[in-house]
Amino acid sequence: MHIIDRRLNPGGKSFANRQRFLRRARAQVRKAVREASSSRSIKDAGKGGEISIPAGGVQEPVLRRSSQGGVRDYVLPGNKKYVEGDTIPRPEQGGGQSRASDSGEGEDEFRFALSDEEYLDLYLEDLELPDLAKRQLAGAQSVEWRQAGFSTAGPPSRISVPRTLRHSMSRRIALRRPKPDDIEALREEIEKREGAGEASDELAELRAELELKVKRNQRIPYIDPVDVRYRRLESTPKPIAKAVMFCLMDVSGSMNEHMKDLAKRFYSLLYLFLRRRYEHVDVVFIRHTHEAQEVDEQTFFYSRETGGTVVSTALFKMEEIVRARYPISDWNIYAAQASDGDNTSSDNAVVLQQLRDVILPICQYYAYVEVGADDEEEPPGGAGEPSTNLWRAYRRISVDAPFAMRKVRHRRDIYPVFRELFARRPEGVTADGS
Amino acid sequence: MTMLAPSPLLYQGADWDFDLIRRVHEAIGEIGIKEMGLDPYPNQIEVITTEQMLDAYASTGMPLFYRHWSFGKHFARNEALYRKGYQGLAYEIVINSNPCIVYIMEENSATMQALVLAHAGYGHSHFFKNNYVFKQWTDADGILDYLEFARGYLAKCEDRHGQEEVERVLDAAHALQSHGVHRFPRKRMPDLRSEEKRAEERRRHGEQLFNDLWRTVPVGQKRRAGKEDDDRRRALLGLPEENLLYFLEKTAPRLKAWQREVLRIVRLINQYFYPQQQTKVMNEGCATYSHHRIMTRLHEKGQIDDGAFLEFIHSHTSVVLQPAFDDRRFSGINPYALGFAMCCDIERTCTKPTEEDREWTPAIAGNGDAYGTLREIWANYRDESFISQFLSPTLIREFGFFRVVDDEDEEEMNVAAIHNERGYRKVRRALSRHYDIAYRDPDLQIVDVDLAGDRKLILQHRVLDGMLLEENDTQKVLQHIADLWGYDVKLIEIDEAGAELAEHAASPRRMFT
Repeated sequence: MHIIDRRLNPGGKSFANRQRFLRRARAQVRKAVREASSSRSIKDAGKGGEISIPAGGVQEPVLRRSSQGGVRDYVLPGNKKYVEGDTIPRPEQGGGQSRASDSGEGEDEFRFALSDEEYLDLYLEDLELPDLAKRQLAGAQSVEWRQAGFSTAGPPSRISVPRTLRHSMSRRIALRRPKPDDIEALREEIEKREGAGEASDELAELRAELELKVKRNQRIPYIDPVDVRYRRLESTPKPIAKAVMFCLMDVSGSMNEHMKDLAKRFYSLLYLFLRRRYEHVDVVFIRHTHEAQEVDEQTFFYSRETGGTVVSTALFKMEEIVRARYPISDWNIYAAQASDGDNTSSDNAVVLQQLRDVILPICQYYAYVEVGADDEEEPPGGAGEPSTNLWRAYRRISVDAPFAMRKVRHRRDIYPVFRELFARRPEGVTADGS
Repeated sequence: MTMLAPSPLLYQGADWDFDLIRRVHEAIGEIGIKEMGLDPYPNQIEVITTEQMLDAYASTGMPLFYRHWSFGKHFARNEALYRKGYQGLAYEIVINSNPCIVYIMEENSATMQALVLAHAGYGHSHFFKNNYVFKQWTDADGILDYLEFARGYLAKCEDRHGQEEVERVLDAAHALQSHGVHRFPRKRMPDLRSEEKRAEERRRHGEQLFNDLWRTVPVGQKRRAGKEDDDRRRALLGLPEENLLYFLEKTAPRLKAWQREVLRIVRLINQYFYPQQQTKVMNEGCATYSHHRIMTRLHEKGQIDDGAFLEFIHSHTSVVLQPAFDDRRFSGINPYALGFAMCCDIERTCTKPTEEDREWTPAIAGNGDAYGTLREIWANYRDESFISQFLSPTLIREFGFFRVVDDEDEEEMNVAAIHNERGYRKVRRALSRHYDIAYRDPDLQIVDVDLAGDRKLILQHRVLDGMLLEENDTQKVLQHIADLWGYDVKLIEIDEAGAELAEHAASPRRMFT
């Protein structure tokens, strides 16, 4: 009997199979993931978890009998009251002991769990920051080291033993270095003849040969410094695009809990997306009431604040931060603003001016999301055009500007709108400005 | 003066280590081999974690398997069920190989490990080595090597032809695997070790014979086939043929050599599992009876303490629980329960027979050699014959078995037989039939192929008791057959009188290239 401890064996033997399965069910899984997102809390937005997909797509058909029709016979245990000849009404379809597995396509659900990684991959698939143009090549760039051939110089730790020995061997063959075995054999031969008391010319010749060989062996080293090769590394500069995302959020009193929830959901998605896709993206959180302040992530998402509404303060704050920390020549600048559309009337003109003259020219992309009440009725005139203060003001921004705005009323709209705003576009096309 | 004897206990408490496993294994062998006369393969015990157990689940328990998305699907489902607590994991998995590989879970307690060793390492292993179905159909020495070859071969195919192409062939082959076994022994027993060599030889032979000139040879006028040629042609093709995979592998005109090899791999692996489907009740009965005897003897000899024995009894009873048909937990007949009960009943018949037993099973009643009789039975029966021979009236009463007939044309279901004098034989025959593979699987055969005309392949399903094939699945499987065959396929369902009940047809979607 053997006992083998397999516990330390690398796990994940099913990983390759699991990937194959996910690839096969990709379309359905993607759909399920996107549908699941609307019912999740903010904190869980990026977590993996259980999803269910219709079983039809991943069904494995086999030749089997239908579960209905014909004459069937069962042998069951646990008879208590039946006697021969009794009749029993048929159990109702669907329920009962034989849960029919062939209840048609798509009715059965296949449930399984996705890891965080898999979940996010599908969730944020095909999203990209538009127009990531300014690529910083100088300065704090990252360097990638790659194996690139062999060199004759380098640190001992990078010696390539196979290469070195290959060179050593070819040199030894080329210079005809005598093998130790040959020398040994020769020496034994001589000793044998000496032992036999032989003293001929032949023996003298052998002695000379041995001497030559030993000398040669000593003169030609086994490994010569010219043999040594090192694994060479080459550095390739990796261009990184520096980008900063400004998140502007209205937290004034006019925003009710529902609206704040929507806005936060939007930002948490955005944050998730940025963190996952771009290693080098700075995120700046600015919240504003009648005054704006830069806050950290925790405060932005989880603390409360009330006050009036002066949108322009946030824009001025943003300008101030850009001037202080993010030189326009080096940074791609993005902004996303969420608000209920309320603004102090007198401020509208200021906002518009600030946006047109300062913010938009320095921005690669500016997205505005207007959050509305759940039960808000569609405004007359159709097409879902809201008529808030801010919306009307933003309408006047020219179509050519890198600006997009959308209205969100319900949780379930967040993700589609987010996808719309950040969907990967063909080169050169910017977001439409409606 | 008394000497303090060393404690005979093998262990105390729940903790275990490798040394303990070795001691317990030895003590069990003492009982299993010396007292019960079991003859198992040598054991190779492998300790694994939960994660690894889930992995093993996904690939039908085998330690290595080729890759396919369906295993990923099973893994995903089992994992979800397990994490939510809907489903526990098995304590062990045992593989019919030589040496017999027994996986045991690291979180089992010492008693559970002892139970598992007795159950799998002695019970199952004895059954694998001695039962005639296994002897006839499986090659315990070669299976692991063959799986290794299969995995390597399929990986190579994926490199050469792309994952998607290989997946298409595998999907089709998996859909047909229930109809990819030889049910009757052929001339040659499968010898999995030399399979790998033969695959290579086949390929090389094909390469050697290849001569592009043959393509340019002008084809002569074909002779018009006469009526008498029909039978000859069918005989040449080996029709009718019930092993669909075998027929397609050998005969499908458009498959590449590697695709045939993939079909062959799926077919041979499935053939290896074929005996397990036929001996579920007996196999579990043998293992459960063995572990029950062994653990009881260990306790009697004072090698395990009362606590350990109670722990064993607790898990044993939940394994052999048979809920009644109207119980919420009922999900068919529990093979552990039935198998164990039958083995115990045979022991009782041998040692303490009643008048009834003498009448029903005169050959073994009161022969006094329970272990010998059981070994004999374990070696020479499969579920169907085992039940039809040895399910005694005592057990039918105990289980309260009754037979219900559900005829489509009747208003209600009818109780056809119960556990009484008139019903014993009927119940027994009906139950034994449920374990007959030939009855359980639909009877499908390839009956003809129009080689001279449009090459349409014709399959036949002999409908039993009016039970037709499931429409949806059949269409999908037929599609797979058509893809493999490369031409149209037709499936006719006929009843006993030969009248046609239904017809399915499929045309190939995309050629295998």
